[in-house]
Amino acid sequence: MANNLELGLFVFMLATFIGLEVIRKVSPLLHTPLMSLTNAISAISVVGAILITGNPDATTLSKVLGFIAITAVVTNIVSGFLITDRMVKMFKKREGKK
Amino acid sequence: MEHLVQYIYIISAGLFILSLKWMNHPASSRHGVIAGEIGMLLAVVGTFIGFPGPVTAGVNAVGIAFVANWPWIISAFVIGIAVGIPIAYIMPMTAVPQRTALSHACGALAAALVGTAEFYQRQGNNAAELRGFIIVALVVETLLGYLTFTGSLMAMGKLQEVLPQRPITYRNQNAVNFVLFAIAAALAVWMAIDPTQTQLFPIFAGLALLFGVLLIIPIGGADMPTVIAILNSYAGLSACAMGFALNNRLLVVAGALDGSSGLILSIIMCKAMNRSFTNVLFGAFGQVQVSTGKTEQRSYRSASAEEAASILEAATSVIIVPGYGLAVAQAQHKIRELFDSLTKRGVEVKFGIHPVAGRMPGHMNVLLAEADIPYDKLVEMDDINGDFPQCDVALVIGANDVTNPKARTDKGSPIYGMPILDVDKARTVMVIKRSMNPGFAGIDNDLYYLDKTLMLFGDAKAFVSELVKELPARAAA
Repeated sequence: MANNLELGLFVFMLATFIGLEVIRKVSPLLHTPLMSLTNAISAISVVGAILITGNPDATTLSKVLGFIAITAVVTNIVSGFLITDRMVKMFKKREGKK
Repeated sequence: MEHLVQYIYIISAGLFILSLKWMNHPASSRHGVIAGEIGMLLAVVGTFIGFPGPVTAGVNAVGIAFVANWPWIISAFVIGIAVGIPIAYIMPMTAVPQRTALSHACGALAAALVGTAEFYQRQGNNAAELRGFIIVALVVETLLGYLTFTGSLMAMGKLQEVLPQRPITYRNQNAVNFVLFAIAAALAVWMAIDPTQTQLFPIFAGLALLFGVLLIIPIGGADMPTVIAILNSYAGLSACAMGFALNNRLLVVAGALDGSSGLILSIIMCKAMNRSFTNVLFGAFGQVQVSTGKTEQRSYRSASAEEAASILEAATSVIIVPGYGLAVAQAQHKIRELFDSLTKRGVEVKFGIHPVAGRMPGHMNVLLAEADIPYDKLVEMDDINGDFPQCDVALVIGANDVTNPKARTDKGSPIYGMPILDVDKARTVMVIKRSMNPGFAGIDNDLYYLDKTLMLFGDAKAFVSELVKELPARAAA
């Protein structure tokens, strides 16, 4: 158990540093799409929601809570990625007008 | 199977990192979105094929019960997709901050509910499992999840103007909040020590929900960009805590990425307003400016659209400084016309964008990009400030405090120290404004009384279209 915790913390530490370094370099132009993108990515909690709902021993409470959680988080995934895409498509360089 | 899933998760985590890395430039940003999508798809597929995962590690039923309760899961997916698609396409760009707040709320709610389910599930199955760092992770997950849920709903209400934008304050607010938080934390510790105390959990969850509300209501509308970023960070951290509880490293990585993103953005926002975290969260901005209501009459110059157009036409370089007032007036497309018209005449037009120009980090850029303004003309504050002294005309539209020279000079001003756009250094300054009323923060702007400043009174959209109309008329003459 302690092993898992230590490994988890290790991963957390590295991921945080990578996150800080990578995001520092994100153009301020794209901060809004960045936020909706990270939002969609943090909807990775869908994994946990599937695991809890799909557990063969799941109690009714777990199933109901899991159901709500999956709905909420899938909404985030779908709308998050699509709206990010919609936004980044708007960023165009000037095309041959003049 | 278990190994295959782990490899899928590793690839997925790598794609998430790449996805964020590619957001460093608009040219590669679409790859970023695609990488994120593939990463997410892999994670979901991996979770399905890897069943039973860590939760049911004891029940080895691979092949037979590959996913139990699948009707629940599938229908939740269908509903989520059916709701998500219209949200993404119907949402106007001005409403993106509200949508972002809403999705923080959804994400945080999901984390909190999964944590809650996990807590009771493990209670029933095997209470011995529920100890040590797992319970700590669960408690952190649910605490952050519930408070971010209600906090984000409050932020959304303020952005949507369903709730009052001004800070809602009462006596001993910070003390009340602190006591509430202390009780919640104490319950958390108690449960961590003795996980059989299930009756504490609903109280704990209720306190977290309440705390989320109380934390956000005293924060004013002008601080929402910072608040959204902080909530973003919390939502990420609750997903991360879920990763610890479920012993799933992919969740830890994705949550940490989200958490650090929110952290960086909120630091940027705080710097842009010269505030500290604690000041934003506990300062109740609205209180400070009561004393600034001295209304001595000062003289200013105003000009008509015709005069303004002739000055713009004669200029060689123009910097437009947009503020949220521009979006309120829905003037983005008119600005684009002005931009095109001036560019055709050989005038160099750029946009100077303050980090807090919109309602969330980077919001103004999206609004202008939507109106087809090329992104290489959108210049951030630090890069454009050096250009103002060489610029003929600075045209301020719907921005106020971010151009106020008092922030540089007047130590007594509530906005002293806030980084501003050095609009006052331009040769001529034009300000489109409805009237001389002071703006959001209620602070008088010295910029308006400079000799080189021309006040252009009117609605931003109407005035800009007049400017556009004046320009071709002169070219024909």
